[in-house]
Amino acid sequence: MEPILEVSRLSISFTQYDRGVHQRRLPVIRDLSLTIAPGQVAAVVGSSGSGKSLLAHAILGILPYNAHLEGQLRYRGAPLTPRRMEALRGHEIVLVPQNAGYLDPLMKVGPQIRKGRRDKAARSRSLGVLARYGLGPETEDLYPFELSGGMARRVLISTAVAESPRLVIADEPTPGLDARAAGRILGHFREIADGGAGVLLITHDLELALTIADRVAVFYAGETVEEAAAADFARLERLRHPYTRALWHALPQNGFQSIPGGQPYPGAQPPGCAFAPRCPDARPECGGAVPWRPFQGGMVRCLYPKGGTAV
Amino acid sequence: MRHRLGFAGKKLLRMVLLLLGVSLAAFLLMSASPLDPLQTNVGQAALGSMSPEQVARLEEYWGVHTPPVQRYLGWLGDFLRGDMGTSLLYRAPVRQVLGERLANSLWLMVFAWIFSGILGLVLGVTAGANRGRLPDRIIRGCCLTISSTPAFWLALLLLVIFAVWLGVLPIGLSIPIGADAASVTLADRLRHAALPALTLSITGMANIALHTREKMADIMTSDYVLFARARGEPKGSIIWRHGLRNVALPALTLQFASISEIFGGSVLVEQVFSYPGLGQAAVTAGLGGDLPLLLGITVISAAIVFGGNLIADLLYGIVDPRIRRGVACT
Amino acid sequence: MKRRRNRRQDTRLLLLFAAGGLFAAALVGLLLSDRAMVTDFSQKNLAPCLRHPFGTDWMGRDMLARTLAGLSLSIRIGALTAAVSAAAALVLGVAAAVLGRWADAVISWCIDLVMGIPHILLVLLISLAFGRGFAGVVAGVALSHWPSLARVIRGEVLQLQQAPYVCSAGRLGVSRLRIARTHLFPHLLPQFLIGLILQFPHAILHEASITFLGFGLPPEQPAIGVILSESMRYLTTGKWWLAVFPGFALVLMVLLFALVGERLRQLLDPASLHE
Repeated sequence: MEPILEVSRLSISFTQYDRGVHQRRLPVIRDLSLTIAPGQVAAVVGSSGSGKSLLAHAILGILPYNAHLEGQLRYRGAPLTPRRMEALRGHEIVLVPQNAGYLDPLMKVGPQIRKGRRDKAARSRSLGVLARYGLGPETEDLYPFELSGGMARRVLISTAVAESPRLVIADEPTPGLDARAAGRILGHFREIADGGAGVLLITHDLELALTIADRVAVFYAGETVEEAAAADFARLERLRHPYTRALWHALPQNGFQSIPGGQPYPGAQPPGCAFAPRCPDARPECGGAVPWRPFQGGMVRCLYPKGGTAV
Repeated sequence: MRHRLGFAGKKLLRMVLLLLGVSLAAFLLMSASPLDPLQTNVGQAALGSMSPEQVARLEEYWGVHTPPVQRYLGWLGDFLRGDMGTSLLYRAPVRQVLGERLANSLWLMVFAWIFSGILGLVLGVTAGANRGRLPDRIIRGCCLTISSTPAFWLALLLLVIFAVWLGVLPIGLSIPIGADAASVTLADRLRHAALPALTLSITGMANIALHTREKMADIMTSDYVLFARARGEPKGSIIWRHGLRNVALPALTLQFASISEIFGGSVLVEQVFSYPGLGQAAVTAGLGGDLPLLLGITVISAAIVFGGNLIADLLYGIVDPRIRRGVACT
Repeated sequence: MKRRRNRRQDTRLLLLFAAGGLFAAALVGLLLSDRAMVTDFSQKNLAPCLRHPFGTDWMGRDMLARTLAGLSLSIRIGALTAAVSAAAALVLGVAAAVLGRWADAVISWCIDLVMGIPHILLVLLISLAFGRGFAGVVAGVALSHWPSLARVIRGEVLQLQQAPYVCSAGRLGVSRLRIARTHLFPHLLPQFLIGLILQFPHAILHEASITFLGFGLPPEQPAIGVILSESMRYLTTGKWWLAVFPGFALVLMVLLFALVGERLRQLLDPASLHE
């Protein structure tokens, strides 16, 4: 099937002041590649503050003005130009943001879902989507500050579904929710994908992502280090990149072990493999160029990958 | 509803206390003045030629020897009974002088208040919504320049341009010189009020526009505007639906806070145009040591300022759903 | 290709330019203050010309010299009053935030009270209490400008006190004085300095205004307020240069201060990292 979205070699950098009066380029996302097919949930997993949200903003064309974008975005087979982004966003490509802070604090929920349309069809549609997520018609008259965390998430999903989208980008949709509520919210995204749309799930929570994702892209220091089928995470031997393996070990069911150290800040990455300083298997060559390449049914950015799904 | 009434009551009490404080502070400042009202008003030479009895009578009239505490308490007691004393310079009840002057000034101030508010809001929203681009640079440059311009110089400039060079508007006063009060038409009054009102509006507008711009620029970088953009809302709709809605509350505060500035500006502008309003009376009273009149003007203007703040606070409670629906009690 | 100057480099240039310009104006005006008083009745009421670029007044005094002397006077009074009122704001703002509920209530009440009286009227009243003239205008401007900055500083200190690292320093037994020195002061300093610079334009404008109304500097002084007030009598006879040039010079100077303050304030804003 033709993919809905193809991201290839996407890099995003910012112009920023260093100390004093000098400006510099700060790379936040480097060489990111990703593909989503209709009916698929693709998860981008990386720790908080690693610039994952920028991926969502790049696809929607709403990056801040000092951001600089390289690489290619393709939507349903054709390049996703700024003009196309503008035409598609909010209709075919929709965003589900993190929390109620993304809703206008002074506008009631109903008009926000309807985006200012006042006709009867829009009204019945907004009531319909709210009902679909178990929210009564009285929700329309609430202000965002009157919504609980779980309700706010469902309202945000309603804003997306009200548009019958082909691609849903969910940016950290679960923080602050307990495990059950988070599971329910993620379930809604699975339903959307089962309905034929592609879902891009951006999250820091690998465990939750695995419950609904078909494919997982692992993000480290602004780079994708591995793209694998969600099923690969069932067995350690199938995982290709050392960082992915470290994440696997950190999962509760696998012993909760984390590796020492932390991710380098943007602009402070070492040359070559960004994970090398923490990698148990690092060798001198890892300081050189490390290509993004297919490996055993997935993609990996490592000179000495392991595992994979043997063909 | 109940806590809202309590809120209003508390604010009202605070306002009364503040007014009391203002009157006391103004009184203390005036009575601390080393300037001798007799010398400023009667003149050194004239005083020298008077008999001691005459001087004593004058001193009693100007209240030179009454102890300040007694004087203030006397004034306060009268004030509470509705008597604001007698203006020493105009030789008329302060209430009457204030009434006439306020009626003249109100024309100017209300016009300037509304006009500067609307224009400031429109310019501020335009600039804030286009931050860093040409309209923003132009509006911000103009407003910064205006706010760096003393109101009285702007008044002088407009006077030179419109009254002296073009000769289209009168130089000053509220009515034509020598005209009988009865024969003055509304058109005359408007023509005479035009320049002072214009000056006041321009100076008031700059500040409101600059502050509104800041708020609007903040709103445009907020998460909810980002999300609105992600949802494909066109820019016009974002400004109209989200921008104006959210800028309305701070604009309300600004609008009512600008009363104080408009009043201050009117003191200067009325002086330039010899417009017989409250501001000009304040200057005359200050220069002539007319304590009851200056005290009355200070208290009245402070009451208007505090009243404006109170109205803004109460309106906030009605307009802001977060307060109206009783989540955030202030 | 030469790289375009960025915003911070612009600001640095503007700062240097402004500081140089103001210093020069203050100095030149000081040196010219004698010339500003010289009368020459053979040269009176001259429109702007080569010998007198700003024209002369009815006593034949050179308006350029008077304007520069006036600016110099304004800068010196502005510096004095802005410094005094900023210092008062710092002390009162910190006191309100640190000395407990009662002090806070009293100081906040005073701030409200001072802000309730229209500014010009307050300056006028204080100036009267000090007997008008130089003392009156300095006291009036200095004692009426502190409330807004005091309020900002109070809010800033209150916020800092709630900051986790300050709380934990307190719990770790670090003395209050030391906390104030190592944590509060460095954060407060930029706010304070910018507040100080932004006081300048206000102070200068109010000095000119109050002098214009007759409550400030005496008529013998070549202050901008005095010059403009005197010019009023001659405007209707077409001697526009008496008002236009001195006022314009004042506006330029105040604008320079305001721009510097604005730019610095923007730099302080963390969001300015990404310009």
